Amino acid sequence: MEKVAEYLKIERAQEWRGELRKSMKAKERTSRERVDMLERDPDIRNKNIDEVNLGLTEELALLEAQRCLDCPNPTCISGCPVGINIPKFIKKIDAHDFLGAAVVLKETNALPAVCGRVCPQEKQCENNCFYTISLKKPAVAIGHLERFAADFERDSGKVAIPVVAESNGIKVAVIGSGPAGLSAAGDLRKLGYDVTVFEALHEIGGVLKYGIPEFRLPNEIVDVEINVMRDMGVKFVTNFIVGKTASVEDLKAQGFEAFFIGSGAGLPRFMNIPGENFNGIFSSNEYLTRVNLMNAANPEYDTPVLSGKNVAVIGGGNTAMDSVRTAKRLGAERAMIIYRRSEEEMPARLEEVKHAKEEGIEFMTLHNPVEYFADENGRVNRVRIQKMELGEPDASGRRRPYPISDSEFEIDVDTVVVSVGVSPNPIIPSSIPDLKMTDWGTIVVDKETMQSSIPGLFAGGDIVRGGATVILAMGDGRKAAAGMHKYLQEKVKK
Amino acid sequence: MNKIVEKEFFSENVAKLVIEAPEIAVSRKPGHFVIIRIDEKGERIPLTIASSDSEKGTITLVIQKVGVTSAKMLALETGDFIRDVVGPLGEATHIEKIGTVLCAGGGVGVAPLLPIVEGFKKAGNRVITVLAARSKDLVILEEQMREFSDEVIIMTDDGSYGTKGLVTHGMEEVINREKVNLSVVIGPAIMMKFAALTTKKYNIKTYASLNTIMVDGTGMCGACRITVGGKTKFVCVDGPEFDAHEVDFDQMMSRLGAYKEQEMEAYENYLKTVE
Repeated sequence: MEKVAEYLKIERAQEWRGELRKSMKAKERTSRERVDMLERDPDIRNKNIDEVNLGLTEELALLEAQRCLDCPNPTCISGCPVGINIPKFIKKIDAHDFLGAAVVLKETNALPAVCGRVCPQEKQCENNCFYTISLKKPAVAIGHLERFAADFERDSGKVAIPVVAESNGIKVAVIGSGPAGLSAAGDLRKLGYDVTVFEALHEIGGVLKYGIPEFRLPNEIVDVEINVMRDMGVKFVTNFIVGKTASVEDLKAQGFEAFFIGSGAGLPRFMNIPGENFNGIFSSNEYLTRVNLMNAANPEYDTPVLSGKNVAVIGGGNTAMDSVRTAKRLGAERAMIIYRRSEEEMPARLEEVKHAKEEGIEFMTLHNPVEYFADENGRVNRVRIQKMELGEPDASGRRRPYPISDSEFEIDVDTVVVSVGVSPNPIIPSSIPDLKMTDWGTIVVDKETMQSSIPGLFAGGDIVRGGATVILAMGDGRKAAAGMHKYLQEKVKK
Repeated sequence: MNKIVEKEFFSENVAKLVIEAPEIAVSRKPGHFVIIRIDEKGERIPLTIASSDSEKGTITLVIQKVGVTSAKMLALETGDFIRDVVGPLGEATHIEKIGTVLCAGGGVGVAPLLPIVEGFKKAGNRVITVLAARSKDLVILEEQMREFSDEVIIMTDDGSYGTKGLVTHGMEEVINREKVNLSVVIGPAIMMKFAALTTKKYNIKTYASLNTIMVDGTGMCGACRITVGGKTKFVCVDGPEFDAHEVDFDQMMSRLGAYKEQEMEAYENYLKTVE
């Protein structure tokens, strides 16, 4: 950590940074209003899959970058799971060096255009910004600026390939190509390792491809970042399930010396209420995978999806918002969220809730489904719902919901998406004897190195956390890459 | 990309495809399946592996034309490629020496039954196999089954081959004649349902291998979920084999029909493009 503080200090002391600081009075910077992201019109965007957020113009980005005070003690960085040098990249924008800003992002972040779109900045960097903490004003729009720099670089056609150390010939395997795996792979490759990423699906990107919808994160953007990694020399193998197609032991025999498991939280949870297996009731994973990965809404593709007039999505997280907004785009007349707590306790990002409301999504908070009914063909046609009220806070700190007696009623639905969380995917852990697991099916790791109970086997992301965010998974991937590097260097010495 | 190295029609609508898949050929066991996607715009469908050759690096799939994807597969020729093949998936069949095993296969369910018959025979069991089909030309893999079975009983709906009658008649004939320790049934859901009811009457432990709708096949989506013993199970990771007496086959049949309308429409559109 001291080394990082020292590095930040040296960077901040550079002449160009000093001059920029002097170029405008702090008072002038802090008197500016935070800029707003441009967005597509709600009544138009809820009928197509075009991206909702449109980014910042150069003018807006410059105005926003000037708000950043380039603090001597940049607290924002402590809120970033991948430790981006935030003031440096913002000051590069301030200095009109937009491509330089993108290079700074890629020093520590393998997927800046992704993070600029899907990170909950309001809970992380921006929550630790000087404006938030001391001035009690809206934070510098760090997320918007990250997206701006990454998009500018991509649109310029001059995408910089991060510097890769000379190859050391040591083979490492990354299992899963979601955010945790890609982040680990990028860092390991930069250190000179021969990195192969194994992916079970036919596409690289994990949840970035199958889960997050096009209107929030276009696949094309993910592909640009993956292609940068290809250019760095990271190898990708699709349709390969470690633990099934070949075991970790098989891969060891092929010369792989260390492993990172980032296989994600595959298993969708259901509520186990009567009628939940009727047709037309999906897990959010299935619903989103059909639409995002398999292009089910496009008639040219073979995969079908049931898209109804009355769609109920159960849950209050980001995935629930993604599902309900997808339903609206597939033509639902009534697309509603049914959530058992109040809006205040919703785990979804504020922006997602706001966007959903603008697009005409109904919110039935403090409601919970108790039973589904179906027509003669087995297709769901009604749901019985119970009203809830909030009691004392539970272990998660949120107020616990209790059913209100005799409050049940029924509404018509023809499609239901259950989005109440996921459990870790058991395929890889169950294929590795002696791997230490928690009672919840997650892999036990050392918090510093991310090494599991088996030396040489590291893990991160949802397979360790049980369900978190893209950026926390990426932070795990970086930490694990550092842990693997240390492990492999010591192994080489022996 | 996986190359088709051999193709053989068993009947007008049923064919065997031998596909290059070296890793799967080595790691697969009886009961395992693969997920395939035929081309860039194709859907992901599960297919049970009938056999494999680890030296040649190939797996064998038996496909019956039922919709767009299977029709497209049967239209492929030797030398063509399948875009994606992933596996082996599911839990392998638990094979042990138990005594007499009664295996029953209906339609193309006979294909995934073959490695199970082979496995139980090689483990030292007495294996009696009942093969059921609508008519003589739809009976498949009879020779291979005879190789690993102590006895093969053929049942056809129209009596054009073997004995006229349903699979359950053939099974009951064996059960009434000798002690059966275990039964394995694979075929259409309706056939497995009645086969399970038959063995339940005689209290014979029975496994059914289920083929449901799937997307990823790795436990991620839950499209394949069914009720077994009152609990929701995922066929892809908990199965594909389950205690046949506990499976809710009526629910399974209903779920298999979830996309019936879309499938029929898509198939009609496909036929227009072929004509």
